[in-house]
Amino acid sequence: MKFSYMIPRLDFTAAGKASTDTKRRLTQIGLPIAFIKRVTIAMYEAEMNVAIHGGGGEASVEVGTDRITAIFSDQGPGIPDIDLAMQEGYSTASEEIRNMGFGAGMGLPNMKRNADELRIDTEVGKGTVVTMVFHIEKGAS
Amino acid sequence: MRASEIARLLHADILTFSEQADAIEVATACGSDMMSDVIAFVKERVALLTGLTNPQVIRTAELLDIKVIIFVRGKKPSAELVAMAQEQGIVLMTTRDTMFTACGKLYCAGIKGDTLAMPASAAERS
Ligand SMILES: Nc1ncnc2c1ncn2[C@@H]1O[C@H](COP(=O)(O)OP(=O)(O)O)[C@@H](O)[C@H]1O
Ligand SMILES: [Mg+2]
Repeated sequence: MKFSYMIPRLDFTAAGKASTDTKRRLTQIGLPIAFIKRVTIAMYEAEMNVAIHGGGGEASVEVGTDRITAIFSDQGPGIPDIDLAMQEGYSTASEEIRNMGFGAGMGLPNMKRNADELRIDTEVGKGTVVTMVFHIEKGAS
Repeated sequence: MRASEIARLLHADILTFSEQADAIEVATACGSDMMSDVIAFVKERVALLTGLTNPQVIRTAELLDIKVIIFVRGKKPSAELVAMAQEQGIVLMTTRDTMFTACGKLYCAGIKGDTLAMPASAAERS
């Protein structure tokens, strides 16, 4: 099963819909609740980054038999220093964005904590592709 | 602690599902205006205290299965936000207490929070 979403730029009403819609789909499939939470909160952080920092973009989610792969891509400014961006508390978000509850600099660390694999392909001036893989946990839902 | 008890302690107005507030049990709470802080706090039966009233508060709560949101500093959510909470079965309430006062009252009444583990780098230094 595969589905995709458009992520508009700086639209705080629409942002997060890819993640919440994925949560509904994964709940229907009957995957374990803790696993769904892990997948969708990591997705939410990636989705907000595309909306806030990436100038908008898209998400695609593929549900396989043993893994979920979520890919977020944008044609935004790219990330000049990934090691720096990965640090807890590092953020380039504006004061205005911070006042909306974003820019704590915890998004990438939250993704790393929740995804089994996190890969960031980025080029300054071209854009960013964030790929997260989640190994499906068998067990009670 | 029940959501209805929280409302009583904080003199809060319940904006959604006031009839169900007696049935919703809260084990711990998280107070923040930063959504990533809330996301880093993955627990069961959480009440969220926040001064933010944009739709992302409800989205975050939906992803984390948070069923109780308390708006501090007298913040009132828009009708749109109330409708989103209604759809998600989330109890919304608003108190005139500040974040500090609201958290303090709940802590004193027995709701305990969390302390983050020391980051590895800080642990190595000490
Ligand atoms: N898709 C992206 N495009 C460009 N820059 C990004 C993107 N994602 C993250 N960044 C950069 O990495 C920083 C850290 O991201 P993150 O940990 O999510 O924190 P926050 O979003 O709170 O700033 C951002 O402030 C931004 O500078
Ligand atoms: Mg972020």
